[in-house]
Amino acid sequence: MKSSLSHIKNGEFVIIREILESSLKVKLLEMGLTVEKQIEVLYRAPFGGPIAIDVEGYVLSLRKDEAELVEVERIKSAQT
Amino acid sequence: MKIALLGNPNTGKSSVFNMLTGLRQHVGNFPGVTVDKKVGILSIGEESHELIDFPGTYSIYPRSKDEEVVYKSISNKENQNYPDAVVVVIDVSNLERNLLLFSQVYDLQFPTVMVLNMTDLAKRKNISYSAEELQKLFPEARIVESNARVKMGKQHLLAALNDIPKRNGSTFLPAAKIAEIDDLETQQIETKKRFEKIKEAKPNFEQTMERVAPKTRQIDKILVHPFFGYVFFAVVLMIVFQFVYVFASIPMDLIDGTFSYLSTWMSGALPQGYLSDLITQGIIPGIGGVVIFIPQIALLFLFISILEETGYLSRVVFIMDRLMRPFGLNGKSVVPLMSSVACAIPGVMSARTIADWKERMITIMVAPLMSCSARIPVYTLLIALVIPNETVFGFMNLQGLVLFGLYALGTISALAIAIILKFIIKTKEQGFLMLEMPSYKFPKWQNVGLTVWEKVKVFVWDAGKIILAISILLWGLATFGPSEKMEEASVLARENGLELGLSDDEINQNVAAAKLENSYIGILGKGIEPVIEPLGYDWKIGISLITSFAAREVFVGSMATIYAVGDDSETSRSLMDKMRNEKRQDGTPVYSLATGVSLMIFYVFAMQCMATLAVVKRETKSWKWPLIQMGYMGILAYLGAFVTYLILV
Repeated sequence: MKSSLSHIKNGEFVIIREILESSLKVKLLEMGLTVEKQIEVLYRAPFGGPIAIDVEGYVLSLRKDEAELVEVERIKSAQT
Repeated sequence: MKIALLGNPNTGKSSVFNMLTGLRQHVGNFPGVTVDKKVGILSIGEESHELIDFPGTYSIYPRSKDEEVVYKSISNKENQNYPDAVVVVIDVSNLERNLLLFSQVYDLQFPTVMVLNMTDLAKRKNISYSAEELQKLFPEARIVESNARVKMGKQHLLAALNDIPKRNGSTFLPAAKIAEIDDLETQQIETKKRFEKIKEAKPNFEQTMERVAPKTRQIDKILVHPFFGYVFFAVVLMIVFQFVYVFASIPMDLIDGTFSYLSTWMSGALPQGYLSDLITQGIIPGIGGVVIFIPQIALLFLFISILEETGYLSRVVFIMDRLMRPFGLNGKSVVPLMSSVACAIPGVMSARTIADWKERMITIMVAPLMSCSARIPVYTLLIALVIPNETVFGFMNLQGLVLFGLYALGTISALAIAIILKFIIKTKEQGFLMLEMPSYKFPKWQNVGLTVWEKVKVFVWDAGKIILAISILLWGLATFGPSEKMEEASVLARENGLELGLSDDEINQNVAAAKLENSYIGILGKGIEPVIEPLGYDWKIGISLITSFAAREVFVGSMATIYAVGDDSETSRSLMDKMRNEKRQDGTPVYSLATGVSLMIFYVFAMQCMATLAVVKRETKSWKWPLIQMGYMGILAYLGAFVTYLILV
């Protein structure tokens, strides 16, 4: 079931299914957020601040409205 | 040969640059943007080459105005920075994402060197990669492994540059063509294709499935914690400010002493006259006025670059971003604004890390409202003069409370003005955060040292010229006046002094006061008296307002000259006594509570600092922004002081 990256809890693993159309789409791609990539939500800043995710070995922080552009699907845990 | 240095942010690109060029580097300009163009000289055998350090980017396609220099320089052969060869620095612990930029550069047919950097980090993270497989992917590139943090790989890299293969048309993407700068659609399709191809080849050149290192995760658990993260940041700030205040004052006093000694010595050595005065009262103090800022700038950038090098600064951005956004600011505005509490100059200079143009402008425009250390002498004098030293609410000292109030007012108005500017300044760019938080590292001291050195150099050369020019102008205005009147007044002061049997020092002080009163600045001060009268000021304060445009703390020195008290440690006592006894024509004291507080409010808001003005001009590349800034701050100061006086009088 697809949901927005901004709704994923800390510690959950997800697979990117789609990057929604917007002027930031290329930027999101360039930061390594490509379809089928596995990511883990690490932590988030309080008061609806940015969230930090693990993109195959590096930490990327995104604002909530930026994370909303990333459609993901939950998986159990890291699959190798 | 002109060699471009490209790479993603946080790949150790500046370590590679410093390793290759050492101290043989200088800062120039890319046309039209605020990024510095760092150029280093690189010798290979007999030949010297130019190595240009470009801003770190994830792609050749720009996502901010500053990143445009990369695209413009490498896409157009006519561009003055068009390179003959390109070195791309790659973080091997993050190959997939890094290869995007490399493949783009490769397809532009530049002779290209791939520097596989941070090999130590990869080893620690148990990442295995294969340089041979990468070579198969990019057959015409030269691949070098390095660990620039410990200067490993320099010789290999130099050898590679010496023998860089010519290009014969091999491309990573078949029929690759560079997209237009604003054609997002094509850029997106191209980026997607590149990543698909990289992913396809990935099992060959890299065998591991990566995750963020457990150590970084553990440290982050505390440093970005919703509560302890802020506590830690507050502690870091406190330590930094303690250091800056304690350790900057020692060299600053030394500089101050040295320059006034130099002035005295020169005036003894040179024949008397205007030339001697120009040197001893205009140029030497002018240069001193530039040098005096160096300790604070150096210390603040020392801390900022240490925090940056360790990777902590991006965590500060992470926890502060949400709090700053309602004000049209960004998590990256925090460091410039906090630095401005010590001194707005390094604050404004550090704002260039803010990629978004609008957010950067707002940060620069409001930074000087934060109460800097140069306001302290003014506040201290005025508080001691008009605020009674008593306890309020049972435990708080009233003087301390007022000082706190002035700081709070500065901060609150900075944020309030930011909100207003958010609606006024228009931009086409869409702001975003999307920030890489690098893994924690120990700072590399060569990088820290070079950053500090570069910032100080830029300040001294670029802002220094403007500061010196204004100092000389102010000196001229204070020294010259309608000649007869000035002469008469000083003769009169001397005669009066002799009659009263005053000491030589006292007579000289009276003469200096009389001269200043009748100089052009004195005339200006008297001229603006009707304008500043509603604020509760007289012409003597008017003179000090004009002279302290050089720097706020000059207010105290000017007051000392006007009230003819000596320029020594006793000054503040005797100056205070004289100011306290100063009466208006109706017999009421000049420095009433209303006038004193109104002056403090004036100094909270007014842009009384030519050095900041000069730095804002440099960072915004035009006179428009510093002039707008001076204008709005002046209006705020005038209105604020006016209302304060109305209420209190």
